[in-house]
Amino acid sequence: MLEERVFSVKRRFLAMYKKANAGHIGSSLSCAEILVFLQFAWMTGDDTLVLSKGHAAAALYSLFAEAELLSTAQIDSYYEEGTGLPALPPFSGIKEIPFATGSLGHGLSLSAGMTFGSRLNREKRRFFCVTSDGELDEGSVWEAALFIAHHKLTDLIWVVDRNQIQAIGRTEDVLALEPLDAKLRAFGFHVLSVDGHDFASLLMARDECLRVWDTQAVPVVIIANTVKGHGLSYMQDTVDSHYLPMSDAQYEQALAELTRAHAAAVNGARSAV
Amino acid sequence: MALEVRSEFAQAMIALFEARADLVFITGDLGYLALEGVAQAYGERFINAGVAEQNAISFAAGLARVGHQPWLYSAAVFTVLRGYEQIRNDVCLHDLPVKLVGNGGGYGYGIMGATHHALEDVGALRALPNMTLYVPLLGTDVAQAVNEMAADPRPNYLRLGAAAKIPGEIPPFAAWRRLKQGQSCVVIGTGPVLQGLYELAPELLDELEIWCVGMFPLADLPDELLTSLKEKRRVFTIEEHYRACGLGEALSYLLLQRGAAPESLLCLSAAGYPSGRYGSQRFHQEESGLAGQPLVAIVEEFLRG
Repeated sequence: MLEERVFSVKRRFLAMYKKANAGHIGSSLSCAEILVFLQFAWMTGDDTLVLSKGHAAAALYSLFAEAELLSTAQIDSYYEEGTGLPALPPFSGIKEIPFATGSLGHGLSLSAGMTFGSRLNREKRRFFCVTSDGELDEGSVWEAALFIAHHKLTDLIWVVDRNQIQAIGRTEDVLALEPLDAKLRAFGFHVLSVDGHDFASLLMARDECLRVWDTQAVPVVIIANTVKGHGLSYMQDTVDSHYLPMSDAQYEQALAELTRAHAAAVNGARSAV
Repeated sequence: MALEVRSEFAQAMIALFEARADLVFITGDLGYLALEGVAQAYGERFINAGVAEQNAISFAAGLARVGHQPWLYSAAVFTVLRGYEQIRNDVCLHDLPVKLVGNGGGYGYGIMGATHHALEDVGALRALPNMTLYVPLLGTDVAQAVNEMAADPRPNYLRLGAAAKIPGEIPPFAAWRRLKQGQSCVVIGTGPVLQGLYELAPELLDELEIWCVGMFPLADLPDELLTSLKEKRRVFTIEEHYRACGLGEALSYLLLQRGAAPESLLCLSAAGYPSGRYGSQRFHQEESGLAGQPLVAIVEEFLRG
């Protein structure tokens, strides 16, 4: 069940962040449901996930541990000297991570290359690229968007984690992205806007993609509207959630709030799949 | 511009396509009257990625990740510098077989001006891990360099320039080649700029033992060169590239490391735009002392000194 999966993924990465005394917690919380949904409800076979917003690597590692692609020992090594799991996805050692990301604006082009290459190989293989929204400041993202639309790369599914906050400010204050859906539509994408924390909403987006591709060869971008630091009252929707590690008390509070939210979700207060 | 070498390059790529099935050719919207045959031969494997080098390089890395060997062609300055971080992260860090091709190395684009010259491409790429650079001298070197690059499962860069016309029997393309023997001084150069030396008066040219570097990082000094260096003790280098991070600097380290430090060393390199004026490739070479009368004056003084 996806609710159980995401609860487990979040608990694991919060423990990782706490042990490492590390930041980027808000970035991982904003994309946790997206990653869980892609991994456990959409991707199959050789489908590949590219986390272009590499600063949420802890969420990715936790996701891969959930999928039994990383061991407990690997997870325990996060942030340690000599680890294979640095703060941002590494270039070596984990075959499910095709590219080191974290320098923003690379993932979409890399995904385009793998998608195009798989098409040349006559393979039916899909690539799911999760970018942040602040990342859309990078011109290379728009180069990639032009390319993907021109070549109708429908096996590349682009998800924008639209949490409205970039490194040190709100996206609309720093370098306004809106109207983002209109911009992406004008670039030639079929644009879906969903609640990125709601599995029912993500499921509708998946099914809508399948319907679209039945009739048109048009690439899809999913704008997943999210909240940075989602679910943790003291940090959500703040710039601080991008940087600050948790105190002991904050960690206790985070676990308690997460557990309460999970119980509510399981009890049907929240849409479940 | 180096139309002749572009044609050699295109022919080599077409021949290569007949030999292997994993090639993809990407152009950054350049190659007019040069790549038409490549486009025709490669079919769906030829992509004009538009004027978008950052995307094209990461795209190429993605292609390589799923089993292809992408070749990416543009003007040298755009190939190397516009998407440098993409080369660093996506190609070199991952050690992927992406083949970068830069046309117009040095002042090759002549009157097009400073934005089109590539005077730091070798230095920029020499700093990156896993990257091997190929710098042809003759038109006939191009096919051999292309074939060697295709056989190398790692990142490469091909610096295309004009085809040099060098008299005498020249060995086939190699990391180190001796182009001629000479009496009193060792010259080590890279690329077609070496041709300028052959315009020196015969008595000057007789003094020079000339070696050509075809690849970076520099391969270890060949024994014959080491012997000459220890005998002659006078060395000058010549390259159509800024001095910083170029051949002269790379060679200096090697000379010290191998105990072959010369008594006198001169590094001839691109000086940029000392007059603030523009002209042909030759004009800029002369302004930098890499060709013509300025080169004669420098060499005469060096040999007297």
